[in-house]
Amino acid sequence: MHFFKLILRNALRHKLRTGLTVLGFVVAFLSFGLLQTIVDAWYAGAEGAAPDRLITRNAVSLVVPLPLHYREKIRSVEGVKTVAAANWFAGVYQEPKNFFPQFAVDPAPYFSMFPEYRIAGDEFRAFLRDRKGAVVGRKLAQTHGWKIGDAVPLKGTIFPGNWEFVVRAIYDAGEAKTDTSQFFFHWDYLNETMRARAPLRANQVGIFVISVADVDRAAAISEAIDQQFRNSIAETLTETEQAFQIGFVKQTEAIVIAIRIVSFVVIFIMLAVMANTMAMTARERMSEYATLKALGFPPSYVSALIFGESLAIAGVGCAIGVGLTFPVGNWFAQQMGTLFPVFEVSGETVALQLACAVAVAVIAAALPARRAARIRIVEGLRAIG
Amino acid sequence: MVIPIRYTLRNLWTRKLTTALTAGGMALVVFVFAAVQMLDTGLRATLVATGQPDNILVTRRGAGSEISSGIDRVQASLIEAQPEIALGPAGERLVSKEAVILITLPKRDSGQATNVTTRGVGETAYTLRPQIKIVQGRAFRRGSAEIIVGGSIAERFDGASLGAVLRFGGREWRVVGIFDSAGSAFDSEVWGDADQIMQSFRRQAYSSVVARLTDASAFDAIKARLDADPRVTLDVKRERSFFEDQSQALSNFIRYLGLTLSIIFSIGAMIGAMITMYAAVATRVGEIGTLRALGFRRSAVLAAFLFEAVLIGAIGGVAGVALASFMQFLRISTLNWQSFAELAFSFTLTLEIALASFAFSVLMGIIGGFLPAVRAARLSIVDALRTL
Repeated sequence: MHFFKLILRNALRHKLRTGLTVLGFVVAFLSFGLLQTIVDAWYAGAEGAAPDRLITRNAVSLVVPLPLHYREKIRSVEGVKTVAAANWFAGVYQEPKNFFPQFAVDPAPYFSMFPEYRIAGDEFRAFLRDRKGAVVGRKLAQTHGWKIGDAVPLKGTIFPGNWEFVVRAIYDAGEAKTDTSQFFFHWDYLNETMRARAPLRANQVGIFVISVADVDRAAAISEAIDQQFRNSIAETLTETEQAFQIGFVKQTEAIVIAIRIVSFVVIFIMLAVMANTMAMTARERMSEYATLKALGFPPSYVSALIFGESLAIAGVGCAIGVGLTFPVGNWFAQQMGTLFPVFEVSGETVALQLACAVAVAVIAAALPARRAARIRIVEGLRAIG
Repeated sequence: MVIPIRYTLRNLWTRKLTTALTAGGMALVVFVFAAVQMLDTGLRATLVATGQPDNILVTRRGAGSEISSGIDRVQASLIEAQPEIALGPAGERLVSKEAVILITLPKRDSGQATNVTTRGVGETAYTLRPQIKIVQGRAFRRGSAEIIVGGSIAERFDGASLGAVLRFGGREWRVVGIFDSAGSAFDSEVWGDADQIMQSFRRQAYSSVVARLTDASAFDAIKARLDADPRVTLDVKRERSFFEDQSQALSNFIRYLGLTLSIIFSIGAMIGAMITMYAAVATRVGEIGTLRALGFRRSAVLAAFLFEAVLIGAIGGVAGVALASFMQFLRISTLNWQSFAELAFSFTLTLEIALASFAFSVLMGIIGGFLPAVRAARLSIVDALRTL
């Protein structure tokens, strides 16, 4: 009991110094937590992928389209349950900075494969009936203040011209990792318009989304699909939805790695600050430690005091930092709008924050604790701060 | 009367560990601050070097990037006929009608499938882009399935070394040369014959048209004429600003994220400086009283302590910039969101960045040391001397 009281009294002796150190911890661990969460958000798309969904694209690259008649051929491959065509639209809503993902899809098969997009039945039927109808995510609708029945004009980049859509349904997230910042509309509307505007570019599909009946046979089915189109004009590459999504993340991995490295730099900055605080504290109290030893306390008791104080300061700072990560993270996610569709502080992040706090506290206290434990009583009593 | 600089220097030296830890914290902040700006500068330098000042690049209106653009043959010849376009030595028009597609290649170290820009170019491409030099092998022959690759591609992709064969568009393409483009984005591209590439992909339209102007100032005239022409819907841009715009999103992301982080991290480092300086003041109350009794003014005491904090900042600044300068040996490659293809660039240290980083560090010292210095200056002589 006395031990803890001593630690508390010691920590509060220099209120300003302890306060500043705690503040440093709060700032450092808050920013560390946010950076880790940004990295997690980067991978969220891949984690939201279902194992029974496959994506077929042109083997050359994603920007080279596939012919529409592949849809029937893929459907006939044994083990394939559903096939839907999808095109990345890349339209601009008012300004380029309002970016959100837009897809032209075969509505009925596509949404049957994505049960995590929760749509009210009557809204979905209204969408199916309206050729210019669109399904938008809850988060996207909130960002731009769209309601059912609102008109949304998009300016095409890949598909030239101005495009008019009407919001017919809003989908909600079925799972925590579901991205509700997307915009879907009828593939047929895209194709018919292109047929009128640029006939050569009609009947071209960006990707086919496929669901399989038996997850265990996904690899074999992918192989069978690609085999169908080998040595044709447009060879295909079929992979699981997850592999497809990770492919995107991997290409920007240099940035993710940089953010990860930088997030640990702030821990090192805090380590320097903490080590300085503990070194100064211990130096000032050398004569007290010598007195304790003179009274018969073992060296281990003295070092335990220093470690305890370091851990107490780090613990309080880290606890506040972790506590703030959640509200600040929410605020940050709101400010970023649709840039980070899924932004959630994970349990792993919190565990990492705690582990780093303990490591910083222990490393910072190590050197002063060793010196205090080793100091000879006579020298220590002579020492002045 | 000014307190001698030696007093400050010796104070820092006596508390070596504390000085080093405080300056070390600042050095890390300066490192992040400098490294981020170096990355942004490197990215911009790469894309600015890609465009020639007197070239124009034409894409379909609203396309934004070459891969989403399409210009049919009629429109392309309309551009070619413009009077502002310069003529080559043999009287040919300096126009390159280009087809840009992306192909996927596996990276050498990770095997990761990566988008690579593949550019089919016209005959005048080498005149239009004088920075391109073939460093190994030879140029591709027109009308054949031969390609040349940029230095970054040859280095980082397995199947793209000299003599290798790449399969795309239902054909096999032989790499017959490697080119260097003086640090521009072309280093991350594959080049071939435009007609061959369009044929293999059954494409009817070019992606972009590049042309040399007789004079850089002729830009406004050609842009005004093409904008007003009802037969075409095109975006006419200077080649340099086109490629600069291609880096906008990535550059903004790097810069804003980097600046935000530097500022947040600097709070930590400033707190470190504050703790150190408060401790320095607290342990030297007697000395301060003596100095004041000797006739040094409050302002002199304030200056001495502030100077001490500035020196710690300066040490941190120098160490941070030195640390960051090693990043110049590193080359980074990532997906450029706008062109949707791989782009390699390096960290570039400029004098401005070095100076700005140093100033940032000194500023951290001033902010961290100000309150403690004020406390030192406000001590009353009698109280201070009593602690002796």
